[in-house]
Amino acid sequence: MDYTATQSGFRQQPNMRLRNSSVDGSEGSQLFEDTSGAAAGSQTGNQQAGPQAAGFSGQSILSDPMSNLAMAYGSSLASQGREMVDKNLDRFIPISKLKYYFAVDTVYVGKKLGLLVFPYMHENWEVSYQQDTPVAPRFDVNAPDLYIPSMGFITYVLVAGLALGTQNKFSPELLGVQASSALVWLIMEVLAVLLSLYLVTVNTDLTTIDLLAFSGYKYVGMIIGVVAGLLFGRPAYYLSLLWCCAAIFVFMIRTLRLKLLSEAAAEGRLVRGTRNQLRMYLTMSIAAAQPVFMYWLTYHLVR
Amino acid sequence: MAFTLYSLIQTAILCTNAIAVLHEERFLSKIGWGDHGVGGFGDDPGIKAQVLNLIRSVRSVMRVPLILVNSACIVLLLLLG
Repeated sequence: MDYTATQSGFRQQPNMRLRNSSVDGSEGSQLFEDTSGAAAGSQTGNQQAGPQAAGFSGQSILSDPMSNLAMAYGSSLASQGREMVDKNLDRFIPISKLKYYFAVDTVYVGKKLGLLVFPYMHENWEVSYQQDTPVAPRFDVNAPDLYIPSMGFITYVLVAGLALGTQNKFSPELLGVQASSALVWLIMEVLAVLLSLYLVTVNTDLTTIDLLAFSGYKYVGMIIGVVAGLLFGRPAYYLSLLWCCAAIFVFMIRTLRLKLLSEAAAEGRLVRGTRNQLRMYLTMSIAAAQPVFMYWLTYHLVR
Repeated sequence: MAFTLYSLIQTAILCTNAIAVLHEERFLSKIGWGDHGVGGFGDDPGIKAQVLNLIRSVRSVMRVPLILVNSACIVLLLLLG
């Protein structure tokens, strides 16, 4: 990380840490196993079965050269359209970068969930790098991912529907209301964190998607709290929520400490200076906002 | 507490409008947040300089899009109530 302070403050430094700058093919072999061979085989099989079924109903249609031409033209149009959509979509939503965040496996998810609930024994919180690019989450427990936050969000919406159903307040529109409500809070939290990172002029390689991932980790604690409250009543809800709040507080502090603070302060040595103090306050407030949100988004579910 | 995505869009438009109407000469200088008072090229811009930077950049970048979005909002609200 570069600590010579520059004028422009918080930059996302996309050049320093290149995430998946390589071509899609080689990246595919790094992150995911290539199952396209099997898929292509089954696809051609289906294609042959399709026209044959259609041919049963109208054999004259398929033997007509004009319709062959039309089919060929239609399929070429479709592939052109798909290329165009892919190209334009990649401009707005960086799909190749997103793939990195979903390269997880069961072992990683299990370890990460354990870390979210009990982060006190974990020693080494550094993200390991491989020639200047971060290693995929599959190989490093400390790397942020988007799988757990997205699954957690969906599970939270479902559990909220369940909880509202036990209070006889359920209706299908309520699921959509809960989902959009939680999403809005998430977006506002990420925007607030981005704004405060800009104002404090922190030079860090945290990207927006990283912040989204970190903010999404609190859904795990919320789900545990609400489920405990549904099964065992309000005291269990409060107890488990307290435990998960403390756990996510410690988790966030230990993770953000390495990314936001300077190296000396991150190692625990006392470093004076207003800038380090500001960064410490920033880390603390980001971590403290998590329990607040966790309580705010779940207290109306367990009555 | 029932937020919708539409209310998020409304909030964003209102906040951006609020930042964009802070006039440099008529208002910010009177408070003491004028432009060259904080022109310190030191290695730590400080929070106030960053905030002023942000206000100025929002004003210059979002001027035209805000005009379009506000006109669209006015027309839609007149038509749909």
